[in-house]
Parts: sequence; C-alpha cells; structure tokens
Amino acid sequence: MKKTGKRFFGGGLGQLTIPLIAIALLVIFNLFRDPSFFSIDLSHNSDGNIVLAGNLISIINGASELAILAMGMTLVTAACGGQDISVGAAAAIAGSVFVKVLKTAGHINGGTVLLAFVCACIVAMLFGTFNGVLVAVFKIQPMIATLILYTCGRSIAYWINGGATPTVSSPIISAIGSFIPGIPIPTPVLIVVLMAILFKLLFHFTSLELFTQSVGINGSAARLNGINATFIKLLSFIILGVCVCVAGSIGVSRLGLINHETLLLDIEMDTILAVAIGGNSLGGGRFKISGSIIGAYVIQMLTITLYAMKVSSTDVKAYKAIVIVLLVVIGSPVVKEKFSKLVGPNMYRHKKAVVKGGEE
Amino acid sequence: MKKLTSLLLVGLLAVSMVFAGCGGKKSGAIKVGVVNNPPSESGYREANVKDMEKVFSAENGYELKTAYSLKNDEQLQAAQGFITEGVDYLLISAAETTGWDEVLKKAKEAGIKVYLFDRMIDVDESLYEAAVVSDMAKEGETAVNWLLSQNLDTYNVIHIQGAMGSDAQIGRTGALDAQFASGKMNKVVQQTATWDEAEAKKIVESVINSGEDFNVIYAENDGMAKGAVAALDENGITHGVDGKVIVMGFDCNKWALRELLAGKWNYDGQCSPFQAQIISDLIQGKSTNSSKKIINEEKGFDAKTLTQGDIDTYGLGE
Repeated sequence: MKKTGKRFFGGGLGQLTIPLIAIALLVIFNLFRDPSFFSIDLSHNSDGNIVLAGNLISIINGASELAILAMGMTLVTAACGGQDISVGAAAAIAGSVFVKVLKTAGHINGGTVLLAFVCACIVAMLFGTFNGVLVAVFKIQPMIATLILYTCGRSIAYWINGGATPTVSSPIISAIGSFIPGIPIPTPVLIVVLMAILFKLLFHFTSLELFTQSVGINGSAARLNGINATFIKLLSFIILGVCVCVAGSIGVSRLGLINHETLLLDIEMDTILAVAIGGNSLGGGRFKISGSIIGAYVIQMLTITLYAMKVSSTDVKAYKAIVIVLLVVIGSPVVKEKFSKLVGPNMYRHKKAVVKGGEE
Repeated sequence: MKKLTSLLLVGLLAVSMVFAGCGGKKSGAIKVGVVNNPPSESGYREANVKDMEKVFSAENGYELKTAYSLKNDEQLQAAQGFITEGVDYLLISAAETTGWDEVLKKAKEAGIKVYLFDRMIDVDESLYEAAVVSDMAKEGETAVNWLLSQNLDTYNVIHIQGAMGSDAQIGRTGALDAQFASGKMNKVVQQTATWDEAEAKKIVESVINSGEDFNVIYAENDGMAKGAVAALDENGITHGVDGKVIVMGFDCNKWALRELLAGKWNYDGQCSPFQAQIISDLIQGKSTNSSKKIINEEKGFDAKTLTQGDIDTYGLGE
C-alpha cells in the first residue's frame, strides 16, 4: 500500500523529472521577467467575500478542467495505449445536459443542481461506455473510435438546448464556478483536490492501478492471469466519462452559460499533451496520475505567462508549440539515453539500478 | 421491350412532373427557395431562420423551401436543386463568397430572381436583384460614437476581438482601431478570444493581475463580454451604469439585454438577423431599391434608455 502512495505522489522522481523541471524553468523565467508575477493579493469580490487573486491563482484555477480531464485520460491511455479525442465534445454534451435539467426544473437550488449533475454524469458515462465498447469490444483504434463522438458531439450538444446560448444564474452556480462564500480559494481548485483524493482512494482500495498497467503492457498476458482486459478498458472510459462531466459542469458554472461551440474547445489536445508532459507512455502501461496533473499546470502556466507578456493570443499557440516540442524531445527515450551516456557510465549504471528497483 | 418500358416510364415521369409543376403554379403561392447556414451555427442564425419561416409563411402567400449547410458545395447543389424544381425566387446566405457564378447564371436563364441576405457574394451585380446585409463597420462606428458620447476623462480600453478575419471582427475592430491610432483612446490590451467566453475571462484576468488601469471593456460579442464581466466580479471591480468599468457587447442576445436592463452592462450593439421582411416587401413590390446593396438598419442599445419592449422586439434567443 505504501508503494501505491509513492507511485501516486512521485516517490521515485524518474518520471516526474521533466514536468518538474519545466515548472521550475517557468518559475525562474518569470522571476527574472517580473517578480510581481507571483504576488498573491487578498481582495473582495463583488459579493463582498474575501478571495485570493493573482497570476498564480489564475493558473491553478484556470487549469482545473484540464487537470481533471488529464486524470481520466491517463487511465485510458494506460489501459488502451491510445487517447480519447472526444473529451471536449463530450464535455459540451454533459454541460448542455446540466443546463437543460436546471432549465427544465425551473428553479435552482441544491437539490436541482445535484440532480442536474447526476443526469449529466449518467449521460457522460453512457458516451464513455460507447467509446469504451468500440475500443475494448470491437478493438478499434481509440483515436478512430473517439473520432466519431469528436465529430458529432457538439451537434448533439446543440440538439439538447437548441441553438442560442442559454444562461443559468444562481448563487449556487457561481459558488461552484468561482468562490464559496467564506472560502478564499476558488472552488474549481477544491474540486481538483477532491478528484485527486478520489483517484487515490480508488487505487488504495482496489487493484485497478495494477490491473490497468498490466492490461496496458500486455493485454493477452493479463488475460491469461485472469484479468478481464475488456472490462478494465471499458472501465477506464467510464471513469473518464465522470471526469468529463465534472469538467463540463465546472466550465458551465464559471460563466453561468453554455455555448456548445466553444465550451472546452480544443481541450482534448491539451489533455493528451498534459499526459505526455507528465512522462506517461502514450503507448500504454506505466502511468502516474500526478505527472499528468503537473503537466496540466505546466500548460496553463505557459499560457498565462504568455498572456502576461502581452503576446497576441493568435501567437500564443505557436509559442506554446515551440516550448512543448522542446519538452517532448527532451523527455524522449533517445535523448535521455544520450544524456545519461554523456553524464558518465557510472551515473548511467546507477540510474539503471534505480529504475530496476522502481519496477520491482 | 425493356427499352420501351423504360421509355414509357420516363415519359410518365415527365408528364407527372409537368402536372405537379402546374399544380404548384395554380395554387398561386410564390415559391421561395432559401439557401442558408444551419440554425445550429449561432443564436444569430437561429433567429434568422425563424424570421424567414415566419415571413415566408403560407398565410403570407408563400411556399417556402429551405436548405441548410455550412459547406459551400452543398449549398451550391441545393441552389441547383431549387432551380431545377422551378422556384420563383432564390434567397442565399452563402457559406463562402466564391464559386457562385455558374449557378446564378443558370438561375437568371431560368428567370429566377435572386436575393442575397446577410452575406455578400463575389459576383457581378447584374446576377442578383438586391443584397440585404449588415454593415459591420457601421456597427463598430455606432458603438464607438456612443462610447465617445460618454465624455470620459480618459479611455483605457480592453479590446476583446472575435475570430480574426471574420466579417464581424474586422468591422467591429476598425472603428476602435481608428481611435487608438488618433490617441483619443488608450489601448490597454487588444487580444482575440475567437468568440470563446472562457478565453475572454483569461484575457481580462491577466490585465487585472498586471495591475494596469482600465475603464472600458469592448467585447465583440455578448458571450465574451460575459466572460470579461466574470473576471471583474471575481476581483470585486464594479461595472455597468454606476460602476468603474464600462462594459460593451454585440449581438443583442436577450440574456445580454437583460444584463443591460439590470444596469450591469452599458451598451449592446445589434447585428440584425431580420432581413426577411425587407426582401418580402421587395418581392411584393411594396418597396423598391435604388441601390443593389441594402444596408439593414441596426441599433445600439444604451442601458439607460433600454426598455423591456426593446428586449422583446430585438432580443435573440430566449
């Protein structure tokens, strides 16, 4: 059990080296550029609550949806050796269901919000199951299988609410999307922490982590050992469905508005990127959810840094691409190996021993 | 024998079609074929499609046929189909400005009159009767003139743009750019959020975090204005009629106009989707056009003068 904890929060730093270096570099860069970048202020929001504000808060808050999706995506990646590219579209569907239920209920209170969330969750899990069945039962390449929902997802979201951008406004919705009165930390951040704890508990009390890894490394060997590979793969997609619903609901609550065309647009690519930056093998097998979470914050920190530098938002993507190419290349096995040889054969042998130890 | 049967069948088909055609004509309804973008495109398009259906209804003496697509080639095929079917009028809001020459020539040969609405097409003026369009540059000018009439001591503007290169973005940016160039207004930041609400919020957040002063938010649509306002609210910056920051949006969604009515926003510029009545009047000869390009009258609403009646009449969506 101790080992599980280690794996999750990065006992053996190996896999987390690259994302942590990336964060460190961004921090150093910003310290040189403008030390006030990291200042955090206490201010009053328009409801009169004391809240935290500053770039750092913007980064941690803004990356919430991405971090939550990255957790689920890590599991799918590890089990299936492929990625789900429909998460953005599915989140638009979940968000639309969330709003539709609230609109149909007429009045917004704790009960209806919970009902809306549960309905959205069920729908998202159904779409997750759809993807999962295509991948696990029909053995379709994950990217192709999820391409279907990627293509039609936002149209489905449109059918649910019909065209215009419906709005919902209520103190409860804004409490979910921004701040709970009396708590200065943005609620989405708290939800990320909650989700991370849930994943940790899931791995703590079940053998899901081990099973997922073995299915990802070698499906037939896992099957011979009595693990139902199909079920594990399907389960990973259903868990991702829950993450999609949470992310979609946060996205809607932030603004009290659902725009099926722009809600979490292009987030699937950032999500896959977060998994990759986190040092997880995109071909399945070994994984660390903590890596993906850090990856999500790296991406968001990069975006906010570029905004703070007043880089035009059309150019932001290009600059992001440059940094990410560097990160991915540095993290690639070829470069790692070259680097170890360069540092010295002793160091290399030592590293190898550590890796072996970690795998035992 | 087989050939004979097929010939007979074709003959029958032709005869039945002629009869069908006659039947249509006899009913006296004016046949209108509308080629448009699908209502799912935006709140604007949804209102546009509903307006078309309302004006060109059977009660008003029309027989309406519609085809919706975001793709130019599918729209071309649909227009071709309407010409073959033999409509009296063809109304087009094209996905792209090019590729329409052939089809419009065929329409002209068949004696079908063409009206363009919402979007212009790159063809010779002789190929269509009239084009009823919005003047996005004028929308921008109206908004900026309103802003100037507020007589602020300084104008420190956060400018959130739509998808770069779109008609709406170019038009709504132009007038403000002129003010930045003349030095009358200061550009705090000018960024595109590509119509994305969440992106708009991030842009405003980064300005707030940098500590720079601003007193105007000029967002090129309602959704982005809402995103910007969310950032203001989280940081306790007042906005609207009695607030520190002036909030401006475009498109006149009903929910946005309600924000105006509540005094939380200051201005919303209209982009009218209601071209159907103008075209109907032209078809029925109730009005004539001196120029081929007809600019659809558009308004800008001030939070101080807006009424519930305006929201019911001009608001889009629910």
